[in-house]
Amino acid sequence: MAQIVSLAEAVRLAVHDGDMVAMEGFTHLIPFAAGHEVIRQGRRDLTLVRMTPDLIYDQLIGAGCVRKLVFSWGGNPGVGSLHRFRDAVEHGWPAPLELEEHSHAGMANRYVAGASGLPFAVLRGYNGTSLPSAGSIRPIACPFTGETLTAVSALRPDVAIIHAQRADLAGNVQLWGITGVQKEAILSAERAVVTVEEIVDALDPRPDAVVLPAWTVSYVSVVPDGAHPSYTLGYSVRDNDYYSQWDAISRDRGRFTEWLDSLHHE
Amino acid sequence: MHDYGSDEMMTVSAARALRDGMTCFVGIGLPSAAANLARATHAPGLVLIYESGTIGAKPGLLPLSIGDGILAETADAVVSVPEIFNYWLQPGRIDVGFLSAAQIDKFGNINTTVIGGDYRDPKVRLPGAGGAPEIAASCREVIVVVRQSIRSFVERVDFVTSVGYGSGPGDRERLGLTGAGPRKIITDLGVLEPDSDTLEFTLTGIYEGASAEQVKSNTGWDLRAAPDLEMITPPTGDELAALRELRARSGAQTRSDS
Repeated sequence: MAQIVSLAEAVRLAVHDGDMVAMEGFTHLIPFAAGHEVIRQGRRDLTLVRMTPDLIYDQLIGAGCVRKLVFSWGGNPGVGSLHRFRDAVEHGWPAPLELEEHSHAGMANRYVAGASGLPFAVLRGYNGTSLPSAGSIRPIACPFTGETLTAVSALRPDVAIIHAQRADLAGNVQLWGITGVQKEAILSAERAVVTVEEIVDALDPRPDAVVLPAWTVSYVSVVPDGAHPSYTLGYSVRDNDYYSQWDAISRDRGRFTEWLDSLHHE
Repeated sequence: MHDYGSDEMMTVSAARALRDGMTCFVGIGLPSAAANLARATHAPGLVLIYESGTIGAKPGLLPLSIGDGILAETADAVVSVPEIFNYWLQPGRIDVGFLSAAQIDKFGNINTTVIGGDYRDPKVRLPGAGGAPEIAASCREVIVVVRQSIRSFVERVDFVTSVGYGSGPGDRERLGLTGAGPRKIITDLGVLEPDSDTLEFTLTGIYEGASAEQVKSNTGWDLRAAPDLEMITPPTGDELAALRELRARSGAQTRSDS
Protein backbone atom coordinates (compact mmCIF):
# COMPACT_ATOMS: atom_id res chain seq x y z
CA MET A 1 0.00 0.00 0.00
CA ALA A 2 1.30 3.43 -0.92
CA GLN A 3 2.95 5.52 1.77
CA ILE A 4 2.77 9.28 1.41
CA VAL A 5 6.25 10.62 2.21
CA SER A 6 8.57 13.49 1.23
CA LEU A 7 10.45 13.18 -2.07
CA ALA A 8 13.78 12.91 -0.23
CA GLU A 9 12.39 10.06 1.85
CA ALA A 10 10.89 8.28 -1.19
CA VAL A 11 14.20 8.37 -3.08
CA ARG A 12 16.16 7.31 0.03
CA LEU A 13 13.86 4.31 0.56
CA ALA A 14 13.33 3.24 -3.05
CA VAL A 15 16.50 3.98 -5.02
CA HIS A 16 19.78 2.26 -4.12
CA ASP A 17 23.25 2.27 -5.64
CA GLY A 18 23.44 -0.26 -8.48
CA ASP A 19 19.66 -0.36 -9.06
CA MET A 20 17.94 -0.56 -12.41
CA VAL A 21 15.76 2.56 -12.42
CA ALA A 22 13.08 3.53 -14.98
CA MET A 23 11.95 7.17 -14.85
CA GLU A 24 9.22 7.34 -17.48
CA GLY A 25 7.04 10.03 -19.03
CA PHE A 26 6.91 10.48 -22.80
CA THR A 27 7.73 14.22 -23.23
CA HIS A 28 4.79 14.87 -20.87
CA LEU A 29 4.99 14.16 -17.09
CA ILE A 30 8.75 13.55 -16.94
CA PRO A 31 9.70 13.19 -13.24
CA PHE A 32 12.48 15.82 -13.22
CA ALA A 33 12.24 16.70 -9.52
CA ALA A 34 12.75 13.04 -8.59
CA GLY A 35 15.71 12.79 -10.97
CA HIS A 36 17.28 15.83 -9.35
CA GLU A 37 16.79 14.27 -5.92
CA VAL A 38 18.60 11.13 -7.10
CA ILE A 39 21.51 13.38 -8.14
CA ARG A 40 21.48 15.21 -4.78
CA GLN A 41 21.55 11.95 -2.86
CA GLY A 42 24.58 10.89 -4.91
CA ARG A 43 23.37 7.50 -6.18
CA ARG A 44 25.97 5.62 -8.21
CA ASP A 45 26.26 2.72 -10.71
CA LEU A 46 22.64 3.00 -11.79
CA THR A 47 21.28 1.26 -14.86
CA LEU A 48 18.84 3.84 -16.20
CA VAL A 49 15.98 2.73 -18.42
CA ARG A 50 13.93 5.20 -20.43
CA MET A 51 12.58 5.36 -23.99
CA THR A 52 13.68 8.98 -24.45
CA PRO A 53 16.55 9.83 -22.04
CA ASP A 54 15.71 13.54 -22.52
CA LEU A 55 17.33 16.22 -20.35
CA ILE A 56 16.59 14.28 -17.16
CA TYR A 57 19.04 11.47 -18.03
CA ASP A 58 21.49 13.90 -19.67
CA GLN A 59 21.70 15.50 -16.20
CA LEU A 60 22.03 12.16 -14.33
CA ILE A 61 24.69 10.95 -16.79
CA GLY A 62 26.68 14.18 -16.46
CA ALA A 63 26.39 13.95 -12.67
CA GLY A 64 28.12 10.56 -12.74
CA CYS A 65 25.19 8.52 -11.39
CA VAL A 66 24.95 6.14 -14.34
CA ARG A 67 26.80 2.99 -15.42
CA LYS A 68 24.47 1.78 -18.16
CA LEU A 69 21.68 3.29 -20.28
CA VAL A 70 18.80 1.29 -21.80
CA PHE A 71 16.97 3.52 -24.29
CA SER A 72 15.52 4.11 -27.74
CA TRP A 73 15.95 7.83 -28.60
CA GLY A 74 18.55 10.05 -26.95
CA GLY A 75 18.06 13.56 -28.27
CA ASN A 76 16.84 16.96 -27.07
CA PRO A 77 13.42 17.02 -28.80
CA GLY A 78 13.22 19.69 -31.47
CA VAL A 79 16.59 21.14 -30.38
CA GLY A 80 19.38 18.63 -31.09
CA SER A 81 21.84 16.53 -29.12
CA LEU A 82 22.05 15.51 -25.48
CA HIS A 83 25.64 16.66 -25.03
CA ARG A 84 26.28 14.99 -21.64
CA PHE A 85 25.09 11.68 -23.14
CA ARG A 86 27.31 12.24 -26.19
CA ASP A 87 30.32 13.22 -24.09
CA ALA A 88 29.95 10.02 -22.04
CA VAL A 89 29.67 7.83 -25.17
CA GLU A 90 32.25 9.65 -27.30
CA HIS A 91 34.83 10.55 -24.61
CA GLY A 92 33.93 8.56 -21.47
CA TRP A 93 33.27 11.75 -19.43
CA PRO A 94 32.62 11.73 -16.50
CA ALA A 95 32.62 7.92 -16.87
CA PRO A 96 32.17 5.41 -19.70
CA LEU A 97 28.54 4.60 -20.43
CA GLU A 98 27.38 1.14 -21.45
CA LEU A 99 24.47 1.20 -23.92
CA GLU A 100 21.59 -1.18 -24.57
CA GLU A 101 19.80 0.32 -27.51
CA HIS A 102 16.35 -0.36 -28.96
CA SER A 103 13.60 1.14 -31.08
CA HIS A 104 10.57 2.72 -29.39
CA ALA A 105 8.36 -0.23 -30.39
CA GLY A 106 10.88 -2.63 -28.87
CA MET A 107 11.17 -0.69 -25.60
CA ALA A 108 7.40 -0.31 -25.27
CA ASN A 109 6.96 -4.05 -25.76
CA ARG A 110 9.70 -4.85 -23.24
CA TYR A 111 7.72 -2.90 -20.63
CA VAL A 112 4.51 -4.69 -21.66
CA ALA A 113 6.25 -8.04 -21.14
CA GLY A 114 7.52 -6.91 -17.74
CA ALA A 115 4.08 -5.70 -16.69
CA SER A 116 2.53 -8.95 -17.97
CA GLY A 117 4.90 -11.19 -16.04
CA LEU A 118 6.21 -12.71 -19.29
CA PRO A 119 9.89 -13.27 -20.13
CA PHE A 120 9.64 -11.60 -23.54
CA ALA A 121 7.35 -9.85 -26.01
CA VAL A 122 6.93 -10.44 -29.74
CA LEU A 123 6.74 -7.81 -32.46
CA ARG A 124 7.41 -7.20 -36.13
CA GLY A 125 10.52 -5.11 -35.82
CA TYR A 126 14.27 -4.67 -36.21
CA ASN A 127 14.49 -6.87 -39.34
CA GLY A 128 17.29 -5.65 -41.56
CA THR A 129 18.53 -3.02 -39.11
CA SER A 130 21.93 -2.96 -37.40
CA LEU A 131 20.27 -2.90 -33.96
CA PRO A 132 19.93 -6.65 -33.19
CA SER A 133 23.55 -6.79 -32.02
CA ALA A 134 22.07 -6.03 -28.58
CA GLY A 135 21.54 -9.23 -26.57
CA SER A 136 17.96 -8.39 -25.71
CA ILE A 137 16.72 -8.77 -29.32
CA ARG A 138 16.36 -12.26 -30.89
CA PRO A 139 14.50 -13.74 -33.87
CA ILE A 140 11.67 -16.12 -33.00
CA ALA A 141 9.57 -18.44 -35.20
CA CYS A 142 5.79 -18.15 -34.95
CA PRO A 143 4.65 -21.57 -33.61
CA PHE A 144 1.55 -21.42 -35.83
CA THR A 145 2.84 -20.17 -39.18
CA GLY A 146 6.61 -20.44 -38.96
CA GLU A 147 6.99 -16.76 -39.81
CA THR A 148 10.10 -15.17 -38.32
CA LEU A 149 9.26 -12.42 -35.84
CA THR A 150 11.34 -10.61 -33.23
CA ALA A 151 11.43 -11.32 -29.50
CA VAL A 152 12.58 -8.69 -27.02
CA SER A 153 13.34 -9.57 -23.40
CA ALA A 154 11.15 -8.18 -20.60
CA LEU A 155 12.18 -5.13 -18.59
CA ARG A 156 11.97 -5.63 -14.83
CA PRO A 157 13.36 -2.51 -13.17
CA ASP A 158 14.11 -2.46 -9.44
CA VAL A 159 12.24 0.81 -9.26
CA ALA A 160 10.03 2.89 -11.56
CA ILE A 161 9.48 6.61 -10.98
CA ILE A 162 6.77 8.71 -12.65
CA HIS A 163 5.04 12.07 -12.19
CA ALA A 164 1.22 12.32 -12.24
CA GLN A 165 -1.47 14.96 -11.89
CA ARG A 166 -2.82 13.81 -8.53
CA ALA A 167 -3.39 11.19 -5.89
CA ASP A 168 -5.96 10.74 -3.15
CA LEU A 169 -5.28 10.38 0.57
CA ALA A 170 -5.06 6.59 0.22
CA GLY A 171 -2.35 6.91 -2.47
CA ASN A 172 -4.44 6.02 -5.53
CA VAL A 173 -2.87 7.84 -8.49
CA GLN A 174 -4.56 9.45 -11.51
CA LEU A 175 -2.83 10.71 -14.67
CA TRP A 176 -4.10 11.82 -18.07
CA GLY A 177 -3.06 13.37 -21.37
CA ILE A 178 -0.11 11.63 -23.01
CA THR A 179 0.45 8.69 -20.65
CA GLY A 180 3.23 6.95 -22.61
CA VAL A 181 4.46 3.77 -20.96
CA GLN A 182 4.04 4.87 -17.35
CA LYS A 183 1.46 2.24 -16.39
CA GLU A 184 3.63 -0.51 -17.87
CA ALA A 185 6.77 0.87 -16.18
CA ILE A 186 5.08 0.93 -12.76
CA LEU A 187 3.62 -2.58 -13.16
CA SER A 188 6.93 -4.05 -14.39
CA ALA A 189 8.97 -2.69 -11.46
CA GLU A 190 9.66 -4.09 -8.00
CA ARG A 191 9.11 -0.69 -6.34
CA ALA A 192 7.22 2.35 -7.61
CA VAL A 193 7.55 6.03 -6.73
CA VAL A 194 5.02 8.61 -7.94
CA THR A 195 5.36 12.37 -7.54
CA VAL A 196 2.09 14.29 -7.90
CA GLU A 197 1.00 17.90 -8.32
CA GLU A 198 -1.48 17.59 -5.47
CA ILE A 199 -3.25 15.23 -3.11
CA VAL A 200 -7.03 15.48 -3.10
CA ASP A 201 -9.63 13.98 -0.76
CA ALA A 202 -11.14 11.85 -3.51
CA LEU A 203 -10.34 11.36 -7.21
CA ASP A 204 -13.20 12.45 -9.50
CA PRO A 205 -13.52 9.80 -12.17
CA ARG A 206 -12.12 10.93 -15.53
CA PRO A 207 -12.92 8.75 -18.55
CA ASP A 208 -9.55 9.44 -20.20
CA ALA A 209 -7.40 8.85 -17.12
CA VAL A 210 -5.02 6.07 -16.18
CA VAL A 211 -5.55 5.04 -12.56
CA LEU A 212 -2.87 3.25 -10.59
CA PRO A 213 -4.47 1.74 -7.48
CA ALA A 214 -2.63 2.49 -4.23
CA TRP A 215 -1.59 -1.15 -3.89
CA THR A 216 0.55 -0.88 -7.07
CA VAL A 217 2.53 2.10 -5.73
CA SER A 218 5.19 2.12 -2.98
CA TYR A 219 5.61 5.84 -2.30
CA VAL A 220 3.69 8.98 -3.26
CA SER A 221 5.24 12.45 -2.81
CA VAL A 222 3.66 15.82 -3.41
CA VAL A 223 5.92 17.88 -5.68
CA PRO A 224 4.13 20.78 -7.40
CA ASP A 225 5.64 21.42 -10.85
CA GLY A 226 7.69 18.24 -10.34
CA ALA A 227 7.84 17.67 -14.11
CA HIS A 228 9.43 21.05 -15.00
CA PRO A 229 10.78 21.70 -17.68
CA SER A 230 8.50 18.94 -18.96
CA TYR A 231 4.84 19.63 -18.19
CA THR A 232 1.73 18.39 -16.46
CA LEU A 233 -1.40 18.72 -18.59
CA GLY A 234 -3.95 20.83 -16.74
CA TYR A 235 -1.28 22.26 -14.38
CA SER A 236 1.64 23.57 -16.45
CA VAL A 237 2.95 23.95 -20.01
CA ARG A 238 6.20 22.62 -21.44
CA ASP A 239 9.06 25.07 -20.89
CA ASN A 240 10.38 24.96 -24.45
CA ASP A 241 12.86 27.78 -23.73
CA TYR A 242 14.49 25.68 -21.00
CA TYR A 243 14.95 22.85 -23.52
CA SER A 244 16.51 25.30 -26.00
CA GLN A 245 18.77 26.87 -23.37
CA TRP A 246 19.92 23.47 -22.05
CA ASP A 247 21.81 22.99 -25.31
CA ALA A 248 24.47 25.58 -24.41
CA ILE A 249 24.74 24.44 -20.76
CA SER A 250 25.01 20.77 -21.68
CA ARG A 251 27.52 21.44 -24.49
CA ASP A 252 30.18 22.70 -22.08
CA ARG A 253 31.59 20.66 -19.14
CA GLY A 254 32.27 23.82 -17.14
CA ARG A 255 28.81 25.27 -17.57
CA PHE A 256 27.28 21.90 -16.79
CA THR A 257 29.36 21.62 -13.61
CA GLU A 258 28.12 25.07 -12.53
CA TRP A 259 24.55 23.90 -13.13
CA LEU A 260 25.24 20.79 -11.04
CA ASP A 261 26.67 22.89 -8.19
CA SER A 262 23.58 25.10 -8.20
CA LEU A 263 21.35 22.00 -8.05
CA HIS A 264 23.17 20.83 -4.91
CA HIS A 265 22.57 24.22 -3.31
CA GLU A 266 18.85 24.45 -4.14
CA MET B 1 17.24 35.48 -56.23
CA HIS B 2 13.73 34.55 -55.21
CA ASP B 3 11.58 35.65 -52.31
CA TYR B 4 11.69 32.35 -50.41
CA GLY B 5 14.38 30.17 -48.86
CA SER B 6 15.47 26.68 -49.92
CA ASP B 7 14.12 25.27 -46.63
CA GLU B 8 10.74 26.82 -47.39
CA MET B 9 10.78 25.23 -50.85
CA MET B 10 11.66 21.86 -49.28
CA THR B 11 8.84 22.09 -46.75
CA VAL B 12 6.31 23.10 -49.40
CA SER B 13 7.49 20.30 -51.69
CA ALA B 14 7.14 17.76 -48.86
CA ALA B 15 3.69 19.05 -47.94
CA ARG B 16 2.55 18.58 -51.56
CA ALA B 17 3.46 14.89 -51.37
CA LEU B 18 0.66 14.36 -48.83
CA ARG B 19 -2.90 13.92 -50.06
CA ASP B 20 -6.07 14.93 -48.26
CA GLY B 21 -7.57 12.16 -46.15
CA MET B 22 -4.32 10.21 -45.77
CA THR B 23 -3.18 8.91 -42.41
CA CYS B 24 0.35 10.10 -41.70
CA PHE B 25 2.79 8.98 -38.97
CA VAL B 26 4.86 12.11 -38.37
CA GLY B 27 8.45 12.47 -37.18
CA ILE B 28 9.48 15.68 -35.47
CA GLY B 29 11.31 18.57 -37.19
CA LEU B 30 11.13 18.98 -40.98
CA PRO B 31 8.48 16.24 -41.44
CA SER B 32 6.21 17.77 -38.79
CA ALA B 33 6.45 21.23 -40.36
CA ALA B 34 5.54 19.83 -43.79
CA ALA B 35 2.66 17.70 -42.49
CA ASN B 36 1.18 20.65 -40.62
CA LEU B 37 1.57 22.86 -43.70
CA ALA B 38 -0.31 20.27 -45.78
CA ARG B 39 -3.13 20.26 -43.23
CA ALA B 40 -3.24 24.06 -43.28
CA THR B 41 -3.43 24.19 -47.11
CA HIS B 42 -4.58 21.47 -49.54
CA ALA B 43 -5.14 18.58 -47.09
CA PRO B 44 -7.38 19.70 -44.22
CA GLY B 45 -8.48 16.09 -43.70
CA LEU B 46 -4.92 14.75 -43.28
CA VAL B 47 -4.80 12.59 -40.14
CA LEU B 48 -1.63 13.32 -38.15
CA ILE B 49 -0.39 10.56 -35.86
CA TYR B 50 2.54 11.12 -33.48
CA GLU B 51 4.42 8.39 -31.63
CA SER B 52 3.43 9.93 -28.30
CA GLY B 53 0.04 8.26 -28.89
CA THR B 54 -1.86 11.24 -30.30
CA ILE B 55 -4.11 10.19 -33.19
CA GLY B 56 -5.68 12.89 -35.37
CA ALA B 57 -3.79 15.78 -33.75
CA LYS B 58 -4.79 19.21 -35.10
CA PRO B 59 -2.21 21.69 -33.77
CA GLY B 60 -2.64 25.25 -35.01
CA LEU B 61 1.13 25.69 -34.79
CA LEU B 62 4.32 23.65 -35.06
CA PRO B 63 5.01 21.58 -31.93
CA LEU B 64 8.64 21.54 -30.69
CA SER B 65 8.40 17.92 -29.56
CA ILE B 66 6.25 14.92 -30.51
CA GLY B 67 4.55 15.18 -27.13
CA ASP B 68 3.61 18.86 -26.79
CA GLY B 69 0.35 19.46 -24.92
CA ILE B 70 -1.35 20.90 -27.99
CA LEU B 71 -1.15 17.50 -29.71
CA ALA B 72 -3.02 15.76 -26.88
CA GLU B 73 -5.52 18.60 -26.53
CA THR B 74 -6.48 18.56 -30.23
CA ALA B 75 -6.31 14.80 -30.91
CA ASP B 76 -9.24 12.53 -31.79
CA ALA B 77 -7.76 10.02 -29.36
CA VAL B 78 -4.75 9.73 -27.09
CA VAL B 79 -3.52 6.17 -26.63
CA SER B 80 -0.57 4.66 -24.78
CA VAL B 81 2.80 4.23 -26.45
CA PRO B 82 2.57 0.40 -26.60
CA GLU B 83 -0.84 0.81 -28.25
CA ILE B 84 0.30 3.34 -30.87
CA PHE B 85 3.04 0.98 -32.05
CA ASN B 86 1.25 -2.36 -31.65
CA TYR B 87 -2.33 -1.63 -32.70
CA TRP B 88 -1.91 1.31 -35.04
CA LEU B 89 1.50 1.18 -36.74
CA GLN B 90 2.41 -2.53 -36.79
CA PRO B 91 -0.65 -3.90 -38.71
CA GLY B 92 -0.07 -1.52 -41.66
CA ARG B 93 -3.01 0.82 -41.02
CA ILE B 94 -1.01 4.00 -41.67
CA ASP B 95 -0.71 5.30 -45.25
CA VAL B 96 2.52 7.24 -45.02
CA GLY B 97 5.46 7.52 -42.66
CA PHE B 98 7.19 10.88 -42.75
CA LEU B 99 10.82 10.70 -41.59
CA SER B 100 14.06 12.63 -41.51
CA ALA B 101 17.64 11.29 -41.54
CA ALA B 102 21.21 12.13 -40.56
CA GLN B 103 22.56 9.84 -43.29
CA ILE B 104 20.69 8.21 -46.16
CA ASP B 105 22.08 5.94 -48.88
CA LYS B 106 21.18 5.21 -52.49
CA PHE B 107 18.67 2.52 -51.41
CA GLY B 108 16.96 4.86 -48.94
CA ASN B 109 18.36 3.17 -45.82
CA ILE B 110 18.51 5.64 -42.94
CA ASN B 111 21.10 6.13 -40.19
CA THR B 112 20.26 8.15 -37.09
CA THR B 113 22.50 6.20 -34.68
CA VAL B 114 26.28 6.63 -35.06
CA ILE B 115 28.68 8.16 -37.59
CA GLY B 116 32.31 7.13 -38.01
CA GLY B 117 34.43 4.86 -35.84
CA ASP B 118 32.54 1.79 -34.70
CA TYR B 119 29.37 1.39 -32.68
CA ARG B 120 31.17 1.15 -29.32
CA ASP B 121 33.49 4.06 -30.06
CA PRO B 122 31.75 6.31 -32.58
CA LYS B 123 33.01 9.62 -33.91
CA VAL B 124 29.53 11.12 -33.55
CA ARG B 125 26.79 9.68 -31.37
CA LEU B 126 23.34 10.56 -32.80
CA PRO B 127 20.02 10.21 -30.92
CA GLY B 128 19.21 6.72 -32.22
CA ALA B 129 16.15 4.96 -33.57
CA GLY B 130 13.03 6.28 -31.83
CA GLY B 131 9.99 5.10 -33.73
CA ALA B 132 11.67 5.19 -37.14
CA PRO B 133 12.59 1.50 -37.73
CA GLU B 134 9.00 0.33 -37.42
CA ILE B 135 7.60 3.40 -39.21
CA ALA B 136 9.94 2.60 -42.13
CA ALA B 137 8.94 -1.08 -41.99
CA SER B 138 5.18 -0.90 -41.56
CA CYS B 139 3.71 2.28 -43.09
CA ARG B 140 2.26 1.63 -46.55
CA GLU B 141 4.87 4.02 -47.90
CA VAL B 142 7.56 6.35 -46.57
CA ILE B 143 8.65 9.87 -47.47
CA VAL B 144 12.00 11.18 -46.21
CA VAL B 145 12.72 14.90 -45.82
CA VAL B 146 16.41 15.76 -45.50
CA ARG B 147 18.74 18.58 -46.60
CA GLN B 148 21.02 17.52 -49.45
CA SER B 149 24.74 17.34 -48.68
CA ILE B 150 27.70 15.10 -49.40
CA ARG B 151 27.81 14.29 -45.68
CA SER B 152 24.18 13.11 -45.52
CA PHE B 153 23.81 11.40 -48.92
CA VAL B 154 26.26 8.51 -48.72
CA GLU B 155 26.99 5.41 -50.81
CA ARG B 156 26.38 3.21 -47.76
CA VAL B 157 25.12 4.26 -44.31
CA ASP B 158 27.47 3.64 -41.36
CA PHE B 159 24.62 2.01 -39.40
CA VAL B 160 21.21 0.86 -40.64
CA THR B 161 18.74 2.35 -38.17
CA SER B 162 15.74 2.11 -40.52
CA VAL B 163 15.55 0.00 -43.65
CA GLY B 164 14.73 1.46 -47.07
CA TYR B 165 15.33 -1.07 -49.84
CA GLY B 166 18.21 -2.82 -48.05
CA SER B 167 20.75 -3.74 -50.71
CA GLY B 168 18.26 -3.71 -53.57
CA PRO B 169 15.24 -5.43 -55.13
CA GLY B 170 13.73 -8.31 -53.13
CA ASP B 171 15.26 -7.32 -49.79
CA ARG B 172 12.11 -5.88 -48.21
CA GLU B 173 10.13 -9.00 -49.09
CA ARG B 174 12.95 -11.26 -47.82
CA LEU B 175 13.05 -9.30 -44.52
CA GLY B 176 9.27 -9.51 -44.11
CA LEU B 177 8.78 -5.73 -44.14
CA THR B 178 5.12 -5.18 -44.92
CA GLY B 179 5.17 -1.59 -46.25
CA ALA B 180 6.32 -0.63 -49.75
CA GLY B 181 9.29 1.42 -48.55
CA PRO B 182 10.52 4.95 -49.32
CA ARG B 183 8.69 6.55 -52.24
CA LYS B 184 10.42 9.93 -52.23
CA ILE B 185 13.39 11.72 -50.71
CA ILE B 186 12.59 15.43 -50.63
CA THR B 187 15.57 17.75 -50.17
CA ASP B 188 16.34 21.46 -50.30
CA LEU B 189 17.47 21.07 -53.95
CA GLY B 190 14.93 18.69 -55.45
CA VAL B 191 13.18 15.33 -55.28
CA LEU B 192 14.64 11.82 -55.61
CA GLU B 193 12.59 8.70 -56.38
CA PRO B 194 13.58 5.04 -56.64
CA ASP B 195 14.31 3.66 -60.10
CA SER B 196 11.57 1.13 -60.92
CA ASP B 197 14.10 -1.63 -61.79
CA THR B 198 17.08 -1.10 -59.50
CA LEU B 199 15.32 0.77 -56.63
CA GLU B 200 18.34 3.09 -56.57
CA PHE B 201 17.31 6.67 -55.80
CA THR B 202 17.36 8.88 -58.88
CA LEU B 203 16.91 12.62 -59.26
CA THR B 204 13.45 13.19 -60.76
CA GLY B 205 12.73 16.84 -59.96
CA ILE B 206 14.60 20.04 -59.18
CA TYR B 207 13.63 23.42 -57.83
CA GLU B 208 13.88 26.79 -59.50
CA GLY B 209 17.52 27.91 -59.47
CA ALA B 210 18.98 24.43 -58.79
CA SER B 211 20.74 22.28 -61.39
CA ALA B 212 21.19 18.53 -61.74
CA GLU B 213 24.96 19.11 -61.52
CA GLN B 214 24.53 20.89 -58.20
CA VAL B 215 22.48 18.01 -56.79
CA LYS B 216 25.04 15.47 -58.04
CA SER B 217 27.91 17.35 -56.43
CA ASN B 218 26.00 17.25 -53.13
CA THR B 219 25.45 13.49 -53.30
CA GLY B 220 27.96 10.87 -52.15
CA TRP B 221 27.02 8.27 -54.74
CA ASP B 222 27.01 8.45 -58.54
CA LEU B 223 23.52 9.95 -58.73
CA ARG B 224 21.62 9.44 -61.95
CA ALA B 225 19.15 12.06 -63.16
CA ALA B 226 15.93 11.12 -64.94
CA PRO B 227 15.93 12.18 -68.62
CA ASP B 228 12.57 13.93 -68.14
CA LEU B 229 13.65 15.94 -65.09
CA GLU B 230 10.67 17.83 -63.63
CA MET B 231 11.01 21.55 -62.88
CA ILE B 232 9.12 21.76 -59.61
CA THR B 233 6.68 24.65 -59.28
CA PRO B 234 7.94 27.30 -56.82
CA PRO B 235 5.91 27.88 -53.67
CA THR B 236 2.66 29.72 -54.35
CA GLY B 237 1.81 32.86 -52.44
CA ASP B 238 -0.78 30.90 -50.46
CA GLU B 239 1.68 28.14 -49.53
CA LEU B 240 4.32 30.62 -48.38
CA ALA B 241 1.83 32.68 -46.41
CA ALA B 242 0.47 29.57 -44.65
CA LEU B 243 3.98 28.29 -43.79
CA ARG B 244 5.14 31.67 -42.47
CA GLU B 245 1.98 32.09 -40.43
CA LEU B 246 2.50 28.63 -38.87
CA ARG B 247 6.11 29.52 -38.01
CA ALA B 248 5.17 32.92 -36.61
CA ARG B 249 2.47 31.43 -34.41
CA SER B 250 4.86 28.72 -33.22
CA GLY B 251 7.52 31.27 -32.23
CA ALA B 252 4.95 33.27 -30.27
CA GLN B 253 3.71 30.11 -28.54
CA THR B 254 7.22 29.12 -27.43
CA ARG B 255 7.77 32.52 -25.84
CA SER B 256 4.40 32.71 -24.08
CA ASP B 257 4.84 29.15 -22.73
CA SER B 258 7.93 29.96 -20.74
